[in-house]
Amino acid sequence: MADPLLSVRNLSIDIPVGGGTLHAVRGIDFDLQRGEVLSIVGESGSGKSLTSLAVMGLLGKQIDRRADRMDFDGVDLTRASRRKMRSLRGARMSMIFQEPMTSLNPAYTIGDQLTEALLLHRNVSREAARDRAVELLEKVGITSAASRLGQYPHQLSGGLRQRVMIAMALMCGPELIIADEPTTALDVTIQAQILRLLVDLVREMDMAMILITHDLGVVARVADKVAVMYAGELVETGTAGAIFNAPTHPYTRGLLRCIPLPGKTERGSTLGTIPGIVPSLIGDISGCAFRTRCEHAVDACRGDIPRREEDGHMFRCVHPQGRRTEEEAPA
Amino acid sequence: MLQFILKRLGLAILVAFTVSFISFSLLFLSGDPAAALAGETASGEDIEALRKLYGFDRPMLVQYGDWLFSALQGDFGESYYFKLPVASLIAERLSVTMLLGVCGISFALLTAVPLGVAAAIRPNSLIDRVALFLSVAGQAMPSFWFGLILIVVFAIQLGWLPPSGASTWRHFVMPTIVLGYYAMPAIMRLTRAGMLEVLNSDYIRTARAKGAPEMRVMFKHALRNAIIPVVSLAAVQMGFMLGGSIVVESIFALHGAGFLAWESIGRNDLPTVQALILIFSMFYIVFTFLADVLNAWLDPRMRSS
Repeated sequence: MADPLLSVRNLSIDIPVGGGTLHAVRGIDFDLQRGEVLSIVGESGSGKSLTSLAVMGLLGKQIDRRADRMDFDGVDLTRASRRKMRSLRGARMSMIFQEPMTSLNPAYTIGDQLTEALLLHRNVSREAARDRAVELLEKVGITSAASRLGQYPHQLSGGLRQRVMIAMALMCGPELIIADEPTTALDVTIQAQILRLLVDLVREMDMAMILITHDLGVVARVADKVAVMYAGELVETGTAGAIFNAPTHPYTRGLLRCIPLPGKTERGSTLGTIPGIVPSLIGDISGCAFRTRCEHAVDACRGDIPRREEDGHMFRCVHPQGRRTEEEAPA
Repeated sequence: MLQFILKRLGLAILVAFTVSFISFSLLFLSGDPAAALAGETASGEDIEALRKLYGFDRPMLVQYGDWLFSALQGDFGESYYFKLPVASLIAERLSVTMLLGVCGISFALLTAVPLGVAAAIRPNSLIDRVALFLSVAGQAMPSFWFGLILIVVFAIQLGWLPPSGASTWRHFVMPTIVLGYYAMPAIMRLTRAGMLEVLNSDYIRTARAKGAPEMRVMFKHALRNAIIPVVSLAAVQMGFMLGGSIVVESIFALHGAGFLAWESIGRNDLPTVQALILIFSMFYIVFTFLADVLNAWLDPRMRSS
């Protein structure tokens, strides 16, 4: 396989809090190939967004980011200067945020904000930037695109704003796009629409995408690879097929029981829940973070957890359970 | 935008008329103006004669209409004390006050806004602490005391600046600092608070995600949004400086309009006081209007409301 576009090794993120350190992300690894969609799944507070902000170099100053390696197309992001990071952001890697209502600057027109990245990174005229903005607005399905350029964010609905955010992220034709729960803040009726649009564009323009979500239904439809995150750790990664058909980590299996899947969940059956809450990540953490909620937990779960890998399917568990199909086969 | 400006202008004119009526009638609340004018030893006939002479015997609304009609043409009557037209009396004093006010607010804005921005960029840093110290000191020190300290140090001991008068620019240095420093703390704190809030907002993260340089993020994306409440505050303070710089004008013997107002109240110089109150209120109205227009230009959401 070719060199990955993005390769992250042993990334940890620590946040100083009153009276201790919050170990928000602990030693995660992942690779992303060109043209691939990687979905990072997990509950709120599992460190998904922090991971993506770390890749973009957008963590706050007080947050401590460490990694053995974070390579983006041969550039080591852990050692890149601020200037270098700035030249990558918005040009070769861009990000779509969760909150379309507040992610656009209320004081500037859509046109100003769309063209900004292009004018910053590429040597183009205002007219050329404008044309590109119109072209992309049309691509994301906005009608009378040219006249939208003069409008302000408060004149647009949430769905339109998120379309604008998507167009904005695509302006410079990035190789990597990170979408942090891009549809969570939208009406259910347009969530699917926006997601479809995003994925189609990613495929069409041959970009790689990291899609962060807590919605496994979304993942099932679009991801090539899935990384399941729990309490700051990657507990299981693999191809979407492997994760959905042969989930190995008890947390992944728990998550899958929580969602109805067409053709897999029987009508009238009860959807599962995962009892308990996410443990505090302040102070020293050892063993498996999921053990307090895991029905299979044993003493060995307090010790070091082995990292196992077969055919690119990675999981961290002392006693991985068998295939979902075997275990849940009707008795 | 034009529609917004016209709407605000109409509102401003309405307020101006209301204020003119209130300022006119306020003076009748303090008692019989004719009696006050005649003095304690005057007889009833004298007072009656004065009342006729100045037209106080007419109904109040007629007097108001008469006064307003003349005032609109720039005629505020004659000062009882100086026996000169009030309009020319004020015009002469107002230039000093306006110069002082413009210098004062400029000084306040030019120190407070950069300091507030710097403090917000690095909260709890040395510069933030210095800014906090300066603003607490500014709020705690009365203007007259600060003015006197400046005179003692810079005029008497060092001899760098003249202690009083208004003939050269050097006469305006200390009054500008005293007046500006009075307005500075509030502007500084509002700028700092506004910047802190805006810098934490999602659209600032979006701007950074585009690869915008930090200076562009601060000034183009953040400051424009953070400065909006500051504009309204500065407008009110500007109005205050033009009307209420009495203390500063007295200390530095700058004979401006504030000082004239203070003298005229003591002398029961009714036409002068009325005219000054009207003009001072007009300043407030004009500056509020300008601030509204400026804010609407800064924030498109205000134009539609």
